[in-house]
Amino acid sequence: MKKFGKVLSVLTAAAMVAGTMAAPVAAEDTFKIGSSGPLTGPAAVYGNAVMNAIQIAVDEVNEAGGVNGANFEFNPQDDEHDAEKAVNAYNTLKDWGMQMFLGTVTSAPCIAVEAEAANDNIFLLTPSGSAVDCITGGDNAFRVCFSDPSQGTASAQYIGNNGIGEKVAVIYDSSDVYSSGIYGTFQAEAANQPFEIVAAEAFTADSKSDFSVQLQKAKDAEADLVFMPIYYNEAALILQQADQMGYAPTWFGVDGMDGILSLEGFDTSLAEGLMLLTPFSADADDELTKNFVAKYEEKHGEVPNQFAADAYDGVYAIKAALEQSGATPDMDASEICDLLKVGMTEITIDGVTGVGMTWSADGEPSKEPKAVVIENGAYKGM
Amino acid sequence: MNKKLKSNLITYGMVLVAFVIMQILLSTGHISSLFKGLLVPICVYVVLALSLNLVVGISGELSLGHAGFMCAGAFASAFFTKCTMDTITVSGLRFFLAILIGAAVAAVFGILIGIPVLRLKGDYLAIVTLAFGEIIKNVVNAFYIGLDSKGFHFSMKDQFSMGMEPDGQIILNGPQGITGVSKDSTFIIGVVLILLTLFIVLNLIDSRDGRAIQAIRDNRIAASSVGLNITKYKLMAFTVSAALAGAAGALYSHNLATLQASKFNFNTSILVLVFVVLGGIGNMRGSVIAAVILTALPEMLRGLADYRMLIYAIVLIVMMLFNWAPKALEWRERYLGQLFKKTAKEGK
Repeated sequence: MKKFGKVLSVLTAAAMVAGTMAAPVAAEDTFKIGSSGPLTGPAAVYGNAVMNAIQIAVDEVNEAGGVNGANFEFNPQDDEHDAEKAVNAYNTLKDWGMQMFLGTVTSAPCIAVEAEAANDNIFLLTPSGSAVDCITGGDNAFRVCFSDPSQGTASAQYIGNNGIGEKVAVIYDSSDVYSSGIYGTFQAEAANQPFEIVAAEAFTADSKSDFSVQLQKAKDAEADLVFMPIYYNEAALILQQADQMGYAPTWFGVDGMDGILSLEGFDTSLAEGLMLLTPFSADADDELTKNFVAKYEEKHGEVPNQFAADAYDGVYAIKAALEQSGATPDMDASEICDLLKVGMTEITIDGVTGVGMTWSADGEPSKEPKAVVIENGAYKGM
Repeated sequence: MNKKLKSNLITYGMVLVAFVIMQILLSTGHISSLFKGLLVPICVYVVLALSLNLVVGISGELSLGHAGFMCAGAFASAFFTKCTMDTITVSGLRFFLAILIGAAVAAVFGILIGIPVLRLKGDYLAIVTLAFGEIIKNVVNAFYIGLDSKGFHFSMKDQFSMGMEPDGQIILNGPQGITGVSKDSTFIIGVVLILLTLFIVLNLIDSRDGRAIQAIRDNRIAASSVGLNITKYKLMAFTVSAALAGAAGALYSHNLATLQASKFNFNTSILVLVFVVLGGIGNMRGSVIAAVILTALPEMLRGLADYRMLIYAIVLIVMMLFNWAPKALEWRERYLGQLFKKTAKEGK
């Protein structure tokens, strides 16, 4: 009986060794874009949004005749929002013959993957990895979204310059890289601004259902503006609980707040007057946004969020950079990377997350954040 | 050559053969990038499974906080590497010291936690180890440590209240963990660590202390009646296991550019426990095989897209039934036993 187990393990081992063999990568006449993001697990909503949007953009590009005469081919992989799994996903894509990596969706996996990609000299463009370290590993990495520090600084400046609050409370998720990163630069910039932070209350991923303590502290400190550098799911709960307490300060959020209006079961009247800084608003009336939102709604039955918008622009940025540098699909990933490194800094893109976006050699995008306020259940530019 | 030695040699041999095959594939380039990237994680999980098997299988205590020790080892070693980046430039030596430090710190945690916890048994012990595993994770989450020309700065609030000089470098950044640890882990170091772990665990089992540990597992009352110091022996197994998990943590943290405490949650503890249970409680060779298969399987199934997690779960259930259900054991005995009768005789 023990022997059988042994035979079984030998067979399995043999099968696995066979599975480890490298498949020969044939030269193709398409540009191969790989991406990884959380397609399962708690962060799946972001990963799926990005993959859906990339697919839409890839289809559009292919229909319009492709890039330099070649089509895009897209392969999404699941990384479960885990750095280790993300590296596995990245390696899987390398075996597939990926030439450009449009990922990852979340910050922590992006840092791990960028170290690998810098080593292999494969071009990396993260649509939504906002932590600073996501693209500092090498000159091969760029991003579409704002970095966390720039959002925190921009928010503090906006609040200060427009005088919308004097006593500010902050509620943030200390266990989240995104949230604590924004809070960090927000409070650093706040020192130079005419308002005062009267309360900074943290919560963690393990206790994000009851915010009455944090709200009570903000209320006791007489804060007239509450800054929430968090995602919309928690923000919705905060708004509900504040309403029950009869606490009505000015609410201010960042791009993670985008999506609150389409949250199921949320009374959108609670979000009236909520201000947020976001690069993307699904209600904007320019042609690009209208087209993207309509296509996304038709295919996936929901309004695209800011993650999807960043990913959509990412595909067009790659397209423009490929055209700019004259890359052809028969080049290998490293050659394309060398061309794109230069190409990315030479392009200017009008996309759904900004007009006239440019990139510097360190990989950071330059675009203006838009401040919007929610009025009558819809975004309104400020 | 006695039976036990032979069985141990087979286990060592199995690891060595797998290593040689992989080295040949690596040097001839016949290996996919995916598998190349999986080699070090596989080594990490094999060492973890072996170390947990020491507690669960040999000492007979159900521990659900093993990821906590891995966390302590991972952070201690990564912290050491970040601090000594400029002073110790030989990466091999630095990594060797980092592994030792990871193991030592995890062992200290093992002793600290073991002293109160090992006075409990059964379900109570399982629950308390679970709690301690989460505590280690959350403590690491709360710390901010930076280094500049004036020395170390420390805070439990946020990175800005440390008052660092502008030239300072933040080493441990709370929930954001440690980033930019140099990638020192290699497959060869991983395999050496596996062999070392096997050597420690197998020799401990066969030693006088190991027999005492097993006697306590089999009958606590009888063991204490012959004068065995129950707490001492349990603590010994627990601490050795924690130290090995810490070494595995060091291997893990030097393989990825980012390290966050949230990785070392309850799920990771359970994952390692699954390796142990599936490979056979108390069976070291089984742990090695189970850890290799179950780490590689979900990645190998990537081609199946959304179905892979479902299939992985089904494989788990089927393997568990096949290994442990009484009817399945009976069936295997009756039908497959015939086939392997001759070889089985030699083997046993």
